[in-house]
Amino acid sequence: MSTHKRLGLIAVWFALLPSLTQAQQFGQPISPADVAPWDISIGPDGATLPPGHGTAAQGEAVYAAKCAACHGEKGTGGPADVLAGGRGSLTTGKTPSKTVGSYWPYATTLFDYVRRAMPFTAPKSMTDDEVYAVSAYILNLNGIVGIDDVLDAQSLPRVSMPNRNGFVRFPRDPG
Amino acid sequence: MAKRKSDRGLAEPAAGNGILSRRTLFEGAIAATASSMTAAGAAAELLPVQAYMQSPGAGFATYGQPSRFEDKVLRVIPPPPAPGLLGIGTARTPLHLLDGMITPSGLHFERSHSGIPDIDPDQHRLVIHGLVRQPLMFTLDALHRYPMQSRIAFIECAGNSGALNAPQPQPLGIAALHGLLSCSEWTGVRLATLLEEAGVDPAARWLIAEGADGASMSRSIPLAKAMDDALVCLYQNGERVRPSNGYPVRLLLPGFEGNTNVKWLRRIKVVATPTMSKDETSKYTILLKDEKAWQFVFPMEVKSLITRPAPGIALTSRGFYEISGLAWSGNGSIRQVDVSADGGQSWAPAVLQEPILPKAPVRFRAPWQWNGGPAVLQSRATDSTGMVQPTRAAFAAERGLRGIYHYNAIASWRIDEKGEATNVYA
Ligand code: HEC
Repeated sequence: MSTHKRLGLIAVWFALLPSLTQAQQFGQPISPADVAPWDISIGPDGATLPPGHGTAAQGEAVYAAKCAACHGEKGTGGPADVLAGGRGSLTTGKTPSKTVGSYWPYATTLFDYVRRAMPFTAPKSMTDDEVYAVSAYILNLNGIVGIDDVLDAQSLPRVSMPNRNGFVRFPRDPG
Repeated sequence: MAKRKSDRGLAEPAAGNGILSRRTLFEGAIAATASSMTAAGAAAELLPVQAYMQSPGAGFATYGQPSRFEDKVLRVIPPPPAPGLLGIGTARTPLHLLDGMITPSGLHFERSHSGIPDIDPDQHRLVIHGLVRQPLMFTLDALHRYPMQSRIAFIECAGNSGALNAPQPQPLGIAALHGLLSCSEWTGVRLATLLEEAGVDPAARWLIAEGADGASMSRSIPLAKAMDDALVCLYQNGERVRPSNGYPVRLLLPGFEGNTNVKWLRRIKVVATPTMSKDETSKYTILLKDEKAWQFVFPMEVKSLITRPAPGIALTSRGFYEISGLAWSGNGSIRQVDVSADGGQSWAPAVLQEPILPKAPVRFRAPWQWNGGPAVLQSRATDSTGMVQPTRAAFAAERGLRGIYHYNAIASWRIDEKGEATNVYA
């Protein structure tokens, strides 16, 4: 057999290898419908936001009952993060107060985070209506939405956040 | 050979204030300083036959524990923000009491956002979905069927050493200051293998990794990293991953900031753009001197730390000491570490101990003759990309000191006349 032919055969053999390794498949196919209850990620486009709605007026009571103990009345902070105020504190030389209003670039993040992680002692216990309402209340404390503005899957992604353009990519990003 | 002999006992200086040539460590030149340790006294008093040599010792244990005399080798746990808020903080590795490159699993640092979930591995599922040909669900048994890989890698919390952003030096020990760095041998399945099985859509650029903790902590990660060296880990230092480190399955992204190495991994969603979760917007972003903030700062850049001497382990008498520490880089391997005993005025290279692995800490050692006077000890690492660990001034000049995260400037210990070490800025 010529060296060329032999190389050719080896090449064919290597070409087959990937299909051999692909034989190790132990993942169990699952339908998107079955994944849905776990898919709680909400990106800036809001495409995965659930049905439901709420206003700041409705959220005030939710906040007082379920959030104020840790985040303070009107989001002024307590044992846990300050949620309101701090606008203008990011300027050079100042001590920054990074809040939903002064720092967060997307309102969808607020819904995503509160629904999955808050209240701290009972995460995932609130209805979607409550999450919309309490999110509206926190945005209202920051002067971003009106007291009766309805937040839902359509309006929430359109909320314009004051620090929307505050973020830049890391200059030494390897990727 | 003749030269080597004549060097013996000379302990040649290599930098100011007592830093010796690293050859000293290999050539036994320190013998001269040992004389003060020769004690007088009758042989019987010096070397008594102990009771434990006169009876059989304890029997066997199914799971071994450290000696009862090592009961001070513990992680440091800063108090929670409020009594009810357990599980929200950190447990920090006592680096000054350890040596080598591996952190014992029980001393690996912890940072949790909603405590440590108590996960039954038989109930746990990992799901891969989103922009894939076929969404997949994996049981732990299924994950165990795949070929595995091991690698030694550091994990460093992005907030490690963050206290040094403060205008004044902090009177804290090394665990409190720098103990959010640990290293394990991690074993698991390449994430690329699982993603290829699901069939990644060409439009995909990112994935969202999410944990099964109360906070469902989630981060967006570049797909390129996932396909490169990400590992879905089942084992830590040879045994199953500890609960505080993500049992039964955690993500390892070698070199990336700790928070992205999602613990209790339950879901990976393949997406085109980042989800902008709380922990990649509100937190883990670096506010610069102006109003802008760096976002998606993934690799922990080149850094080093002297772990001995350090606060809490005083020098007892003047003479020879080994300066020892760790150096690491999320961008590659460590090429060089220099040490200084005069606050950075003069430097000499330290010995790097094998193995020198990419994205793993390297143990470095340098000989030092303490003359009993004040000293400021520093270490400075250079990695395989040529990046040199910055001084605190250079670090601050680039980004300011409001960023909290990814603090990697040269750290200093001041040694006073009593031999005590404290954190200073130099
Ligand atoms: C028992 C105390 C507690 C309660 C009650 C609580 N939180 Fe929190 N909250 C926390 C803690 C602790 C954190 C920080 C979590 C972390 O570090 O990841 C937090 C974080 C947050 C954040 C992110 C803050 C930031 O700037 O990153 C938001 C928003 C938030 N909580 C909203 C709420 C809302 C809305 C409620 C009521 C539905 C609530 N919290 C109830 C303790 C609490």
